Amino acid sequence: MMCHDARLLLHAYLDDELDAAQSVAMTRHMQACADCTAHYADFAQLRQAMTQGSLYRRAPDALRAQWTAAMPAAAAPASSPRPRRAPIALAMAAGFAAALLFATPLWFYASRQQAGGADTGLSEVVSSHIRSLQQQHLMDVVSTDQHTVKPWFDGKLDFAPRVKDLAGAGYPLVGGRLDALEGHSVAALVYKHGLHIINLYQWPVSTDAADTAATQWHGYNVLCWTRGRMRYVAVSDLNQSELRQFVLAFQDDATPVMR
Amino acid sequence: MPNKLHRHPPNPQASASASFEGVVLPHLDAAYNLARWLARDDTDAQDVVQEALLRALRYYASFHGGDARVWLLAIVRNTFYSLRMKVPADGVHEAFDDEMHAPPDEQPGPEAQTLLALDVGSLQRALENLPHPLREAIVLRELEECSYKEIASITGQKIGTVMSRLARARERLRLELSCPSKEARQHDVP
Repeated sequence: MMCHDARLLLHAYLDDELDAAQSVAMTRHMQACADCTAHYADFAQLRQAMTQGSLYRRAPDALRAQWTAAMPAAAAPASSPRPRRAPIALAMAAGFAAALLFATPLWFYASRQQAGGADTGLSEVVSSHIRSLQQQHLMDVVSTDQHTVKPWFDGKLDFAPRVKDLAGAGYPLVGGRLDALEGHSVAALVYKHGLHIINLYQWPVSTDAADTAATQWHGYNVLCWTRGRMRYVAVSDLNQSELRQFVLAFQDDATPVMR
Repeated sequence: MPNKLHRHPPNPQASASASFEGVVLPHLDAAYNLARWLARDDTDAQDVVQEALLRALRYYASFHGGDARVWLLAIVRNTFYSLRMKVPADGVHEAFDDEMHAPPDEQPGPEAQTLLALDVGSLQRALENLPHPLREAIVLRELEECSYKEIASITGQKIGTVMSRLARARERLRLELSCPSKEARQHDVP
């Protein structure tokens, strides 16, 4: 190997990017060539100085805080049933202040929707579902035993949620949790289907409109229905037909309700 | 148990903003480090990262797995160059000619190790004086510890180009650090 070639390969050698044959050739060349060896030592020294860490520029805390805090905030303002990416991006671009500005009219829009709409607080439900998937947030009571989950809610809510184990239908109950949606406390039951998580929220309502509404929000499927003066909302990343199967299994009066 | 729940393959269009936080934001430091070394200014670097993250969020649906860091760094790099184009005041266009910047043919020098000024200040100045193409390569290599292949895909260059740019970057750093005063004047680049 000539020095000229070695000068270039020296760097790849230093970076451990040479194949075995080239590596051997380099080693052999350096044994014979003091000049290249000196160069190599220079570059090794340079590398060591650079990698000591004082040159690394870490993101300022303000920037990090802005982004970590902006994510949940950004999910909330887009309260329309349609996924709207652009407003999310804009809200984040303008940071917190702008996010608030965007959020306010949308909340009004959302609350007007609530008054007459079936897709009540859809984004809120999905946000809650997403939040629940984060570590340590999924369940307050972890139990595959349905007889543990139901009594756990006693005294924590002003209603008794309907708790069913649907393991027979392929949707084992894995736990429960208290959550808040649209300003009231709700019961959240957590079911699993394969590796997918289903959150089933329920809370009492005054009217018993028997509408079942299926919607999608940011790729999550949401099914809402009302029965026996209880509002139910199921959210999951399962596809819609699978989620519908789950809902049918839950609605099926043949499966026993836990007491 | 919640750990397990994260492992299921994410439904591509699902969970966009949720997984963005988990997949992309961990590389915030890397993004800032690259932006900071390209822009050489704190405020500009923050603007670049801000804009890059917005773009990343916008294009997140088209990110199909792979190395999120490489993906994000490529966006940061593109953002930096596109923002720089928009500001003509800054506009020293470094038309980088790979041939022009070929390392000077050295005389068979002394067979001893050169004494290098390797304090942080000198290193930082020398790095900042490198032309952008060389600087990004060396920053990605030494500070981000990217492989040649990763650098190639971040910068959109061939691996051979990456290798020769790294070689040139190091040659220049070595020159500059061995006789700082003369080199500093000579390479008083933008």
